[in-house]
Amino acid sequence: MTGYDEIAFDDRMATVEFRVGERAHIVVDSEVCRSCTTQACVTACPANLFAPTSDGGILFNYEQCFECGTCYQVCNGEGALSWSYPDGGQGVVFRHG
Amino acid sequence: MSYDVVVVGAGPAGSAAALAAARAGLSVVLLERGPFPGSKNAYGGVVYGRVLDDVLPGWWDEVPVQRWVTRRSTMILTGHQALTVDFRTSDWGQAPYNGCTTFRADFDGWLAGKAVEAGAQLLTSTVATGLLREGGRVVGVRTDRPDGDLRARIVVAADGVNSFLAKEAGLLPKTDAAHTTLGVKEVLALPREVIDERFGVRGLEGVDVEILGCTRGIPGGGFVYTNRDTVSVGVVVSVQHLAAAKVRPEELVADLKAHPAIAPWVRGAEVKEYTAHLIPEGGYDAMPELHADGLLVTGDAAGMCLAAGIWLEGVNFALGSGLAAGRAAAQAIAAGDVSRAGLACYRKDLESSFVLQDHKRLRRAPGLVLSERVQQRYPGLIADLVQDLFTVTNPTPKPGALRLLRAAAKRNGVKLRHLAADGLAAGRTFR
Repeated sequence: MTGYDEIAFDDRMATVEFRVGERAHIVVDSEVCRSCTTQACVTACPANLFAPTSDGGILFNYEQCFECGTCYQVCNGEGALSWSYPDGGQGVVFRHG
Repeated sequence: MSYDVVVVGAGPAGSAAALAAARAGLSVVLLERGPFPGSKNAYGGVVYGRVLDDVLPGWWDEVPVQRWVTRRSTMILTGHQALTVDFRTSDWGQAPYNGCTTFRADFDGWLAGKAVEAGAQLLTSTVATGLLREGGRVVGVRTDRPDGDLRARIVVAADGVNSFLAKEAGLLPKTDAAHTTLGVKEVLALPREVIDERFGVRGLEGVDVEILGCTRGIPGGGFVYTNRDTVSVGVVVSVQHLAAAKVRPEELVADLKAHPAIAPWVRGAEVKEYTAHLIPEGGYDAMPELHADGLLVTGDAAGMCLAAGIWLEGVNFALGSGLAAGRAAAQAIAAGDVSRAGLACYRKDLESSFVLQDHKRLRRAPGLVLSERVQQRYPGLIADLVQDLFTVTNPTPKPGALRLLRAAAKRNGVKLRHLAADGLAAGRTFR
């Protein structure tokens, strides 16, 4: 196997620059997520930031967010996600987009 | 602070709007939430720049190009088959060119620089957090700067596919998963001479490959295009169907890179950057109202991406609509009427140009291209048919082409009357 090997997800994310701000620009209300039947964010998020918890909720980490908006587009639960952009100058920085 | 125009977003639409407005003598501030223009942006391959001919004569001599696309391929894949229609022309390798590949951090920065040269003020690292309104009219934006509010006679919302400003103004729905696609892309590093050799190009010649049938049946497609010493590979898929399929997007990119038709191009390459961005692909019928009192909406915020199968364009529509927004702002301010009625010249201008004419003409294309049969059945049908045509079955004599078509259609679950109906629909769509 040479060259065809798929890189590990952590290595993939390590190629991207993030200027992490102190404020979480996306907040997940795990209470709402517990009643969500699809939890579509878990697979759809291209940065893989939504992790199901043992009690049926969702744990979210904003630090490596692409700010793309996929999560709120696929979110089922009214009010589960509060979504905003990071403060000016912070968040993802693409060099080869 | 008060300006004639506040432009939100220094992508191609915003910078084009700021450029046109500043050239018309207006005071313009251009807000960018990233640390530099392009830092939040990603795209899927080619910038078609001819819309800049009149605005920035000789733009091709200074645009930060990676490669000029002289080879355009359309590919149909199944798990084990590949059919390619491959076109190349040296005409596209010389002025005025046809399209180039670029990095948005470079291209968007270059264009924002043009707006600044024309007199616009660029404020980076600044988020427009909301609209300032008085009596229903938009009169500026709130920002996350300490001195916060920026008043303007006209606000241009060029804040991209998620346009919070157009949503706040009630022009865009909060979510529109049915008309939104997700693009994920890997930029892969390879020595320049290796790229030249593998893709059969030299100098600044480049290749753009658009691919159908590589997304596990999730409506969408894939792409491969060359930069100088990197190759960009990615997929674009319906967010709605991606979510329903419970497939992780990067797996689709991995599938594509591992396909026997693609793997030889990217063998041994190292991932230099992974990016993701949404795309508004609803076309003409999903576009919002383009203006309100004191507000113009342009570029991705206005849904101006053309996802019409063989044509996949966006940056050129952002440029075209942005320039029109800048001109409309100047016209409305000169006439002393920045109300919805006074800004109606924006839509009129767009209707007379490629921006709305192409979208209107191809309004049925997104639905057809993303339909179940085009996505899930026809790639297999076409590949099977071509394989059967070229498989020499001696000593059995050649079967007729129609028989092969029937067999391939049946094998792929397509009824001939559906094929005929879709053929007619395609004829109507692309006429």
